[in-house]
Parts: sequence; structure tokens; C-alpha cells
Amino acid sequence: MEIEKASLKELSSAIKTKKISCFELANIFLKRIHEVNSILNAYIHVNEDVLNQAKQLDQNNNEKTNSKERLLFGIPLGIKDMLCTKGIPTTAASKILQNFIPPYDATVVKKIKDHGGLLLGKLNLDEFAMGSSNETSYFGVCKNPWDLTRVAGGSSGGSAAAQAAHLAAATIGTDTGGSIRQPAGFCNVVGLKPTYGRVSRFGIVAYASSLDQAGPMTNSVEDAAVMLEVISGQDPLDSTSSEKPVEKFSDNLARDLKGIKIGIIKEFHSDKIDPEVTKTFNLALENAKKLGAEIIEISIPMIEHSIPIYYLIASSEASSNLARYDGVKYGYRSEFKDLSSIDLDKFYSQTRSEGFGDEVKRRIMLGTYCLSSGYFDAYYKKACQVRRLLKNQFDEQFKSCDVILSPVTTSPAFKIGERIDDPLTMYLNDIFTVATNLAGLPGMSLPYGFSKNNLPIGVQLMAAPFQEKKMLDVANALEMTTNASKQMVTLS
Amino acid sequence: MIDKKIINNIAKLSRIELDEVHAVQYAKDLSRVLEYFNQISNINTNHIEPMTTPLDQEKVLRKDVVNNIYTPEEMLANAPAKAGNLFKVPPVV
Repeated sequence: MEIEKASLKELSSAIKTKKISCFELANIFLKRIHEVNSILNAYIHVNEDVLNQAKQLDQNNNEKTNSKERLLFGIPLGIKDMLCTKGIPTTAASKILQNFIPPYDATVVKKIKDHGGLLLGKLNLDEFAMGSSNETSYFGVCKNPWDLTRVAGGSSGGSAAAQAAHLAAATIGTDTGGSIRQPAGFCNVVGLKPTYGRVSRFGIVAYASSLDQAGPMTNSVEDAAVMLEVISGQDPLDSTSSEKPVEKFSDNLARDLKGIKIGIIKEFHSDKIDPEVTKTFNLALENAKKLGAEIIEISIPMIEHSIPIYYLIASSEASSNLARYDGVKYGYRSEFKDLSSIDLDKFYSQTRSEGFGDEVKRRIMLGTYCLSSGYFDAYYKKACQVRRLLKNQFDEQFKSCDVILSPVTTSPAFKIGERIDDPLTMYLNDIFTVATNLAGLPGMSLPYGFSKNNLPIGVQLMAAPFQEKKMLDVANALEMTTNASKQMVTLS
Repeated sequence: MIDKKIINNIAKLSRIELDEVHAVQYAKDLSRVLEYFNQISNINTNHIEPMTTPLDQEKVLRKDVVNNIYTPEEMLANAPAKAGNLFKVPPVV
């Protein structure tokens, strides 16, 4: 059995029928992490205890414990370091949380454990998920396995790189404005952002609460569907998690597109898109037609404003969410010789100035400005109103199409250092991905081709709220028309 | 346009200390970003209800009951400084 090519269902079946032990499987991944993580910097914490946990599972591998319902029994996974893991450090790749050890699991992590999944460790990201290149991480940049001089993308760069380099059977990322889909596109893996509310946010470090969602990053569409089944569902600990029933997303995934209407967004046509990205996108469209899909052009004029709306809202929410890092109950505290003589404001501001990185400070200040007296109406409120207009336009267009197809990014992965000194250029990277978060839609990135320089290029699918099954069906059929996701990366 | 005076006020509200070099840099960064973001100011949003969440569902509140999930030791385990069962902080009043 080739572990790298095996699906989650195949791995699960091999473990349950004892063709391979949980220990052997965990050991394969752990060994590989020890071999190549120093090259990629994908993991920022490795859970060495995973082998003991795997042994315990092996001792209890019987019909009672390994039932069909436990979809991840003995399967080793990597988790973005944005999700709390009980007893395992959770840093959000920030100095301010460097020594934080959560006393509880995020609901996503708990669900994975309930299904028998094992944790290999915590994956690198942009600090507090604020970035599109993984370069703002306090623990250093995560490199792209396909070209070590390029970024893995962000913010879930570690999750994408680890998945591409087979350092986990599947990984979890989070997506506030494209943070799962963009790195998935850069690293040739499947990345899925669920509908807002589909997955509980309890225990996920809060960045922008009306936009954040966790989702899977996997080798295949079917694996993404399996992972989504595991992590979805209403949670009493998150009042914004949806009561909608969780479907069997991975059952009977479609193999053709007969009767499916695929929308393409007029406003996304641009001469600023890399020709190789356009070529890959057009190839996906042609293949969709061959599978029976009807392609229709749709118009969502407000999408041209999605970058300003996104950054105004995300930064405003972040400035509020990150107010909690004050050096009192947990996290970094600046060194003070005599606490009794320190002014409280000085205590907070010195701690926060030393604990946060530059991009996080930039967004906190942008958000604070947008929420401050005299500017609230012009920035935050205005952005929320335009967000409503954007959402209405999506709702209207989904009356005439089942899914929307677009590129994921304007270009393949860029060079490390190329854009880090120019915040606005970095923000404009996210043009194809932020709108789904603003409207609360599900979206996913599917590997679809390679550039002349052998860099991965993906395509993106979006669907109406809670239409993940339809989106996965289309993705599964499209996946059959390309060899992209079967291409293996070699690390030299 | 964000000048040095405004940036220093935002920093104060954000509880972030800025040195001279960073104040100039952030003022420049935020000015450029906001100038680009001003494109939304011309969109007609009269009578449009601001959208603060994508979720179309009534807010459900759980019962307000004490559940004592964590021990004081667990709650204090991550404290940067503590005194007995208390978080240690500078004088507040």
C-alpha cells in the first residue's frame, strides 16, 4: 500500500482490518516530519507522544471501538496552530501566545479525536492568520514544497505545505478571506472553506468572528468530503454554529455534470491575471462542458469592492478580538521589575507592542481607526452595508446557477520576500477568495494544473450557503478530468 | 490622510507603543490602504441594513448555569504571574 496515494477511506479500512497498525502509520508520518520539516518549516510543534497514543489505539482496535462511524480511526492529522489543543501548545504563530497551553480542545479537534484521529502536531501560519504568505509567522516562513524559494501561501501555509509533502494524512486550516483556498492552490492540495456556521468556531483563536471558518486540506475531493463530515455540526459552545443537518458528503460523489449550471463571474475577467492561470481556468471550463455542464456568465458588480469591504470588516473585528491579549491571564507579559509602580496602560501597551508582530499591529490600528468615533459610519458601517449588497447579488445569481467557477489566485506562488514590504499589494492578492467569506458561502480550491515552472495552479468553486454537497459533487467530477492532484512533490 | 498625530492617537487607543520610525511607516501604510479603500464611499447604501453576520438564524442562548468545568489551578496554569489563587497585576485603582 502506497501511503501517499491512499485515500482516508482506504487508510481507515487498512487499519480496521489490521493490514497496518496505527503505530506503523503514525510512525511513517512522524519519521517523514523529522526528515523534512527542517526544510519546509511546516510544523511549529510536533506531538512526539503520537506514537504512544497510536499504541493505545492498537490495543483497543476491535469491532466495538473501530465502528464504521469512526471515520478517522488511527489516522494521523496535522492541525493549524490556530485551533486549541488540550495540553499541546497553541500559539497562533504569535510571540504573545508563545507559551500558551490550552486547558481544552477546540470542537473541531474534539470531533477529530472522537472519530479516532491522531494529532501529529501544530502547523505554521501567518501570525493570527493575518497574511497571505505565511511570512508574518513569529516562527518563520513556511516554504512551498514545489519550489523552496517561494511561499506556501497563507495564512494556512503550514497546513498546505504539510499536506503537499505528505507530512499528514489530512490537515485542518482556517479561512477568513482565503486562508485555506489560496495556500491549497499554491501547494496543489484540495482546500475547503465551509459555509459560515457549518463548523463550530469554539476553541479557534478568533481573528474576524463573522468571517472565520475551519476546514480540511486534503489529497482529494473525497477526503475533503470525509473530513467535512467529521468536523461539521451544531455546537452548544458556538451560538453561530448552524442547526442544519450534516449530510453524508462523501457518499456517491458525482462523476458527471449533466444538468449542472456553472456560473462564471464577468467582473473577474482581468488582464492582470497570469496567462497560465487563465489557461488552466479555461481548461477546467472546457472539461466541465464535456462532462455535461452548462456555462453561464453572471454579474456580481459589488465583487469589485470586496477587498476594501473585507479588510475594513476583518480589521475592525480583529481590533476588538485581539483586545484580550493584555498580559494578565495568559500569554506573553513584558518584563517589569516592580509591578506595583507600573501604570496599567503602560503595562498593557508595552506587553502588546512586544508581543504582536508588525502586520498584526497594522490591522489592529486600521480596525481601531475604522471603529473610532467620527469614522465608524464612513468605514465600518459603510463596509457592512456594502457587504449586504454583495450578499444580495450572490443570492440573486444563485437562482440561475448551481456553482460558480473561478481562479483561486491571480498567479502561482510568488517568491519569498517579493511582496512582504507592500501591504496593499499583498491585500490585493486575495481578490478571488474574500467574497465567499463576506457572503458566508462555501468555497473550495481544486488542483488543476501546473505552470511552465512546475508551480501548481488551482481552480475555485463556490456554492450557495449549505450547498457543500453540490460543490463537492462538481469538484469530484472535475477532479476526474485532471491528473494534477496525483502529481507528487519531491523534496531535494 | 493619516498623519503622525492621528496615528499616535490610534496607537494609544489600541494600547500599542510606537517609536518614531514605526509611527511614520504605519501612517504611510494606513494612508495608502485607506485611500484605496475609499472607493466604497461612492456606493449608494441608503436604507441598507448593515450586515454583521452571514448567518440567517435566530440567536440561541444557553441556560446561564454554573458548570465548574475547570479547577482554579487549571485557570491559573497559563498566568504570567500569580499570587495564590489570584492573577497578579499592577495597581488598578
